[in-house]
Amino acid sequence: MAERVTDIGPPKYDKFLPPVIKDNYGKWKYHEILEPGVLMHVAESGAKIFSVRGGSGRLVTTDFIKDVCDLADKFCDGYLRFTSRNNVEFLLTDNSKIAGVKAGMKKLGIPIGATGHSVSNIVHTQGWVHCHTPAIDASGIVKAVMDDLFEYFGSHKLPAQVRIALACCLNMCGAVHCSDIAILGIHRTAPKVNHERLRHLCEIPTTIASCPTGAIRPHPDKNIKSVVINEPRCMYCGNCYTMCPALPVFDAEKGGVALLVGGKVSNSKTPPMFSKLAVPYLPNNPPLWPETVKAIRKILTKYAEGANKWERVGEWVERIGWEKFFEVCDIPFTFQHIDDYRWAYDTYRTSMHFKF
Amino acid sequence: MHKTPLLDKLESGPWPSFIKDLKRVAKRKKSVADLLGVLERSYKDKITHWKHGGIVGVLGYGSGIIGRYTDLPEEFPGVEHFHTVRVNQPSGWFYTTKALRELCDIWDEHGSSLLNVHGSTGDMIFLGTTTDQLEPCFAKLTAKGWDLGGSGSAMRSPSCCVGMARCEWSCYDTMDLCYEATQHFQFEMHRPSFPYKFKIKCSGCPNDCVAAVARADMSVIGVWKDDIRIDKAAVKAYAGGELKPRGGGSPYAKLDIKADVTDLCPTACMNYDGKTLKIDNKNCNHCMHCISLMPMALRPGTATGATLLLGSHAPILEGAQMSWVIVPFMEMEHPYDEFKELVGNITEWWSEHGKNRERVGELMLRLGMREFLKGVGLEPVPQTVKTPRANPFFFWHQEDFDAEAKGRKYIK
Repeated sequence: MAERVTDIGPPKYDKFLPPVIKDNYGKWKYHEILEPGVLMHVAESGAKIFSVRGGSGRLVTTDFIKDVCDLADKFCDGYLRFTSRNNVEFLLTDNSKIAGVKAGMKKLGIPIGATGHSVSNIVHTQGWVHCHTPAIDASGIVKAVMDDLFEYFGSHKLPAQVRIALACCLNMCGAVHCSDIAILGIHRTAPKVNHERLRHLCEIPTTIASCPTGAIRPHPDKNIKSVVINEPRCMYCGNCYTMCPALPVFDAEKGGVALLVGGKVSNSKTPPMFSKLAVPYLPNNPPLWPETVKAIRKILTKYAEGANKWERVGEWVERIGWEKFFEVCDIPFTFQHIDDYRWAYDTYRTSMHFKF
Repeated sequence: MHKTPLLDKLESGPWPSFIKDLKRVAKRKKSVADLLGVLERSYKDKITHWKHGGIVGVLGYGSGIIGRYTDLPEEFPGVEHFHTVRVNQPSGWFYTTKALRELCDIWDEHGSSLLNVHGSTGDMIFLGTTTDQLEPCFAKLTAKGWDLGGSGSAMRSPSCCVGMARCEWSCYDTMDLCYEATQHFQFEMHRPSFPYKFKIKCSGCPNDCVAAVARADMSVIGVWKDDIRIDKAAVKAYAGGELKPRGGGSPYAKLDIKADVTDLCPTACMNYDGKTLKIDNKNCNHCMHCISLMPMALRPGTATGATLLLGSHAPILEGAQMSWVIVPFMEMEHPYDEFKELVGNITEWWSEHGKNRERVGELMLRLGMREFLKGVGLEPVPQTVKTPRANPFFFWHQEDFDAEAKGRKYIK
């Protein structure tokens, strides 16, 4: 432990700020979006900073980062940042260099956009690249969906911004529970109990406590130190597998994608909203997930046609009513859509206010 | 290189291809070539090929590294170990190329050269290395001024929006609070001592660009208490079409101030008679809609601070929650003593009462808001609720009667 450095935290942010930001920190007056992907912020002093925003796969290599650094060295005095949706932003004070940055981005295959009323980058997770609990992949589906919706990334043609997120299981790392459109990996079969491994690998009380529906109990035979699963009570959340490796929940054929819609985090006009179940199941179909891609395009297109100015997906659906949402998007309504978990009552319609 | 016919299909199309990017590195790194092999197998089998869990780390810390092992080590020995290192990001994700190159050099030497930029909590993710490389990698990181982020039942890496660095709406210095909180809670980040994870996110205004309300146990969202500042000339320019709505980021060329702004105000506290825009600020709920649409005409007030909301988490275990208001307004001035003290009180109350793997928001629901507020020394205020309770099942304690006898409405 000699010469060990610990508890230093991250470097202080001011080491990495361009001089124009240091000089005008907290003194910005207004901003404009000059074109899709290009922002201009103007300070009280009249100073300006230009940001050119581009998409990234989030899962990248040091080669990519070095390419991006070369570009920032050439045009931005070595300053850049990343956004909360994992886009990259090149920061510069000389607007005559914007064209050079854009040309450089084009050469590197970095699409320019993600501002204003666009479909910005998809916040997503690890999938089959690095996680042990996913029901679907992350990077592959994101690539397939963004290829399909590419026209919306570098344009401002939607009624409002549309946030898409993906989580590869219902741990929902990221923003799936609060996004306009959300892609969620789901299982549809109960875990298989490996009694022989369980007694060695798992702590039985924490495994039992991990179940939201109380479907797990100790094995009735005390000699078998394991658990049994009451399958009709299991809705395949996979949380017991998170706690106990002897309870794998994967089924290559039955696992798949659910789509949720209508969530948001901003307070603009309406309070933040949770996303709600729109499509309970689509097949897990690598490498291009065509059913998922098609269903998302349909929802996005119907929203773009039907929403009022400035209306987020959730605001649009609440205005027209969920019964109309299913109708216009041509999505069958199923038993799975009706909440039956604890506070389900709040989601039932206790009024005569509905449309035929 | 393994054959990857399924993954190869993700190389075309206009969106940046992670497969194309990974293949560049696969030429020089066996681990990445094997990662592509494992991933191709997953695409074929439609199932993950990572073994359950994995506990690895660096000496002195209980968090920061996510261990991972493939279940196909004979076929893909390059990813037999494939651990993730979470590197705590700088506030607002600002970097210099010098700093990024230093990080890349460390990771090229000690890992797979793959990264997530960034993980959802905010960390720079170094994706894939072996157990023996963790210590040397950590030593190089700290020598260059970088530390690990959080994982496990600990304080996780706080993150923040761009704030005052490049936004005219930021009501407090999000980047500074994020940095100060990260430094203050270093022990809690690196040595898990909580019932479960705890996240802090700092947004400068109610637009909430880091999604604090949904993704942080403690959500700090900037707000103002005084009047929205109006530039009358700019309002006129919006009405006349010289200025474009939403800074130019919408498909709509000209703003109809009545239809687009005042009629959509959620509290109907605005009025526009074709000439003058009036705001009844006492009834404004600071939703940001009018400001977002007319950034050159309207600005937040100058009596600024933050609202603290607590409790959000994803669905496991009791269903997803968004954070709810616990302190309607707190001034946010460096060094943020009041904030740090309250977070300390909250984590202490939660550590004392929380069950194993119970998020603070779940504990608040289990024990009730009264126990929470008393436990951390906060008063009941109407801003914490959307509506008062509708059921009549409320408790009275002796302390309520004592307070009543002293002429107070609640205990203090």
